[in-house]
Amino acid sequence: MSRSFFALLKRDLQLGWRQGNTSVMVVAFFIMAISLFPFGVGPEMTVLGRISAGVLWVALLFSAMLSLDRLFQADFEDGSLEQLTLSPTPLSAIVFAKCVAHWINTALPLIIATPIMSVLLNLPSNALPTMIIAMLIGSPALSFIGAVGAGLTVAIRRGGVLVSLLVLPLYIPSLIFGVSAVDGAINNIASGPSLLILAAISLFSMVIGPLAATAAIRLALE
Amino acid sequence: MTEQQAFEHLSFYGDDLTCERGGRVVFSDLSFALSSGQALLLRGPNGSGKSSLLRLLAGFLAPTRGGFGYKHGPDKEAISLGYRLGDFTTLIHYVGHQTALKPVFTARETLTQAAALFGHDHQLVDDALNALNLGALADLSVRYFSEGQQRRLALARLIASPRPIWLLDEPTNGLDADSAELLTNLMKQHLTNGGMIIAATHLEMDIDANTLNLKDFLPRQNFNSDTRFDWSMEESA
Repeated sequence: MSRSFFALLKRDLQLGWRQGNTSVMVVAFFIMAISLFPFGVGPEMTVLGRISAGVLWVALLFSAMLSLDRLFQADFEDGSLEQLTLSPTPLSAIVFAKCVAHWINTALPLIIATPIMSVLLNLPSNALPTMIIAMLIGSPALSFIGAVGAGLTVAIRRGGVLVSLLVLPLYIPSLIFGVSAVDGAINNIASGPSLLILAAISLFSMVIGPLAATAAIRLALE
Repeated sequence: MTEQQAFEHLSFYGDDLTCERGGRVVFSDLSFALSSGQALLLRGPNGSGKSSLLRLLAGFLAPTRGGFGYKHGPDKEAISLGYRLGDFTTLIHYVGHQTALKPVFTARETLTQAAALFGHDHQLVDDALNALNLGALADLSVRYFSEGQQRRLALARLIASPRPIWLLDEPTNGLDADSAELLTNLMKQHLTNGGMIIAATHLEMDIDANTLNLKDFLPRQNFNSDTRFDWSMEESA
């Protein structure tokens, strides 16, 4: 069972890399999106500093969502998904592996790029460690909740926009507590409770996400 | 050829299977039984449900009525009857119209992944490549494979991870005469090893097999008396 799990994880990571460097494109989008804000709201340092946590989080949500619609669709179209259901590993565990691969391919590079982008937005430097920790704890929820949307739209050819509509409302709790953790660090209020709730959301979605996505995929295969 | 272990004595059967697609009954009350070393060829005109039956047996579709299962050993009771049982899918290989290949991987990588996914290691990968005459292309990206070569690579999965029941949907599609013969020999070998094969095919295959014509299982009366279905009435009478 663990053999097929890790084989699939490795396959998806290699696919992400060889099929046009998913990670590079996602990070490029992240940087572009954030660079637009100083143009939009003006170069006032205090204004940028105040909105920086929110901008970074929103940019993270949108960037992580970019490649979501292809999470299962590519495998559905070429028949790989049928082969995946015949594995001795339960389909929900396989979906879990695909979510982990998605997180490593998209969220992780974004978190690595965050320190540089936070300087651009004048995020107070004492809040940066909290920002990184909050993103590390909170971002798995993006992949695992996103998998449900990706599973539901797997058979729809242009499902990208629909995925956004399904998934973005479910990202709101992660956004609220991610930003409030960073605000806590800026204002010297304890950010622990926000981080704990972020962790709870991530753990919850790690359980529910693969199960719901599996049910959606089963329906699509019929 | 590969040194596959003979599969233990198994039998595979379906009872009164009925399949509906989009509200239309495709076939009804279909039963079959296979035991180790036997093959079943599915015949019938387009749309008679050959692919649906194979997809149903692979667990992708749910039967509207009826069930199917397998028995281990000659005497034991049925272990499972139904579909989508975890231990049941580990007996099955399904090769459909889609090749499930990724252009960015080489042939060897593809088979190694396929074997690992099915819980096997890669010791049979080279055998599988040679068995389908792909040895020279082992380290070439699938991107550069021709249609027929892709079909052969998809079929090589059958050898790379041994499983007793092969469900093949038009396996000779896109294959030239030599490759089709290669496949026929592999199927014979699989039957000799005690495996089972259910294949939908239009071509005559030179293997010892029972034939199941899906025309015989068309529903007696369709829910709408559309004249399009008249031909089925006279032929199954």
